[in-house]
Amino acid sequence: MNPEAKKTLRRLVIAVPLMFAFGFALVPLYNVFCEVTGINGKVFQSDNAEKLVIEDGRPLGLQFISTNNENMPWTFRPSEDVMTISTGKYYTATFYVKNTTNKTMTAQAVPSVAPSNAAAHLKKLECFCFEQQELKPGEDALLPVRLLVSDELPENIENIILSYTIFDVTEYDDEAVAQHMHEEHHEMEH
Amino acid sequence: MSAVIENHHDDHHHGPAKGLTRWLYTTNHKDIGTLYLWFSFAMFLIGGAMALVIRAELFQPGMQIVEPEFYNQMITLHGLIMIFGGVMPAFVGLANWLVPMMIGAPDMALPRMNNLSFWILPFAFFILLSSLFMEGGAPNFGWTFYAPLSTTYAPPSVTFFIFSVHIMGASSIMGAINVVVTIMNMRAPGVTLMKMPLFVWSWLITAYLLIAVMPVLAGAVTMMLMDIHFGTSFFNAAGGGDPVLFQHIFWFFGHPEVYIMILPAFGIVSHIIETFSRKQLFGYSSMVWAMLSIAILSFVVWAHHMFTVGLPLAAELFFMWATMLIAVPTGVKVFNWVATMFKGSLTFETPMLFAIAFVVLFTIGGLSGLMLAIVPADFQYHDTYFVVAHFHYVLVPGAIFSIMAAVYYWIPKWSGNMYDERLGKLHFWLSFIGVNVTFFPQHFIGLAGMPRRYPDYALQFADWNMVSSVGAFLFGVSQILFLFIVVKTVMGGKKATDQVWEGARGLEWTVASPAPYHTFTTPPKVD
Repeated sequence: MNPEAKKTLRRLVIAVPLMFAFGFALVPLYNVFCEVTGINGKVFQSDNAEKLVIEDGRPLGLQFISTNNENMPWTFRPSEDVMTISTGKYYTATFYVKNTTNKTMTAQAVPSVAPSNAAAHLKKLECFCFEQQELKPGEDALLPVRLLVSDELPENIENIILSYTIFDVTEYDDEAVAQHMHEEHHEMEH
Repeated sequence: MSAVIENHHDDHHHGPAKGLTRWLYTTNHKDIGTLYLWFSFAMFLIGGAMALVIRAELFQPGMQIVEPEFYNQMITLHGLIMIFGGVMPAFVGLANWLVPMMIGAPDMALPRMNNLSFWILPFAFFILLSSLFMEGGAPNFGWTFYAPLSTTYAPPSVTFFIFSVHIMGASSIMGAINVVVTIMNMRAPGVTLMKMPLFVWSWLITAYLLIAVMPVLAGAVTMMLMDIHFGTSFFNAAGGGDPVLFQHIFWFFGHPEVYIMILPAFGIVSHIIETFSRKQLFGYSSMVWAMLSIAILSFVVWAHHMFTVGLPLAAELFFMWATMLIAVPTGVKVFNWVATMFKGSLTFETPMLFAIAFVVLFTIGGLSGLMLAIVPADFQYHDTYFVVAHFHYVLVPGAIFSIMAAVYYWIPKWSGNMYDERLGKLHFWLSFIGVNVTFFPQHFIGLAGMPRRYPDYALQFADWNMVSSVGAFLFGVSQILFLFIVVKTVMGGKKATDQVWEGARGLEWTVASPAPYHTFTTPPKVD
């Protein structure tokens, strides 16, 4: 084989692992892209939302939806289905959760906001979804989420739906999941 | 391109080895091309038999022949086998046979890798097919293997599926590297890039696409493997992953993949229409640029497969317009084919019939693709039989007709014998009628709302499903005729001349028929 052909071959052989790596690079790229644009309906923790507090916000409907993933047997429901809120004010909503099984289990709630372009304007000061919940058999709890909807919310949005899906993560490596969740929450801090 | 015809008297009479080891150890591009083509024919028949199981079950509403679980395995394997075992190896086989002869090279650049890239393929499909006999059955999540269906809910055989996809990917990548190195470095003096035959151009672009996206597919199945066995959560929401991410990665591979399956067809059809119109191809350089633009655009349209996952409006609009933009270079190609035929001295031998049917029916498939590109319309069409009709129109009378056309067109050069023209035309008309009867009604039932991938359907879809099944069996049975014609031609028949077709141009027609085991050991002179 002549040297030119060897050069072509070398370039192509290098391209293959690079594209393989690119496939994996799509994972963090996807997450970063979704965070920057706020299009995945994901909500992130915000510690400095104080400057968003205003007196004369506009009224807004806030609905809560709870979903159990797969075979997650826990009882999981919002204390109130709907709240009427004002933009620029803090509110606390609670979710009731009960471990209905006879073994200790760990759960992780994953939030989503609809419409998705509201997600960037929904600021959470604290949320049970930021950590995992471990409940003993029969134990129950009220899980709080403290939030504020920025007045910069697009005018045409009159209702926001905040939904949580609760997952059984008992068998997962707690630290890995916690680490992942932690990173996701803090990357977006302002 | 004009070539000075040379008589090739090989000084050393080095023919093929004898017996089975000839095929096992061969590094000859013609032998390997033949192996690829026969392999893809076998896979075409197996995948076709699965299609007939599907159509037999759908002949009437209600469950009659197979269990729903088995039906799901059939649709999954049908798709995987036809794409990775039927169409792709057939094109690689054609590339092996034709690329060296078209550019005046003695062989492929990397003959041993060529042997390897073929011989790992049977193992990949042995593994995939053996999953049918495993506990829990074969993969049942559709050829797109969306997570979490293919991870959390997959049968245990999914690991074998992943391994077989890895092997298929390795084979494709090696084949593609071989094609690029051959085309870039082994062209005879005078064969400049813009003088290359269009089939060679189409394969050069296809090979780059393969090198770019097959590793991404390998990455996707590797992530699945890790999610299933090593506790990662790439696609598992409970662990912070995202199933939609799977679809993005999959279609980043998947959309260029559909052009991988059609670009070589563009090349083949260009040659055949040129030959049987007895005119020079209209707009050669625009054909090259059109293929390049299609290839580049194929990387920025993937999310049109995912309009219903909840993309933001801006993304929906971007992917809609980008998708529609592909109609421009594709339209250029269709225009050029028609313009080549315009005022030509046309004759309608079997390859030309398949090529003309390709132009007409591929255009129908392209137009239904444009309909699917419209976001609001796609919300209705998504996952209906309209989509099934669309991609079967571009793949069956598109890719597969072009492969059949190529076989009829070049088999006299390969075997030295002319095929039986009457039988060839019979095969064409049976296939043409069969394919349209099968897939055209699927547009109607799709628009009426019949979802794809179900083993049963509502009663109002019964009539057209029955028609579709009848067409499928007609098409299926006529492929046995194709097998018979090919075997008959290889065994004997009227001797072909060196040029074979009156209007044929290009270096491959300057060598003897059948093509000697070694061609162009000294480069031909090309002006």
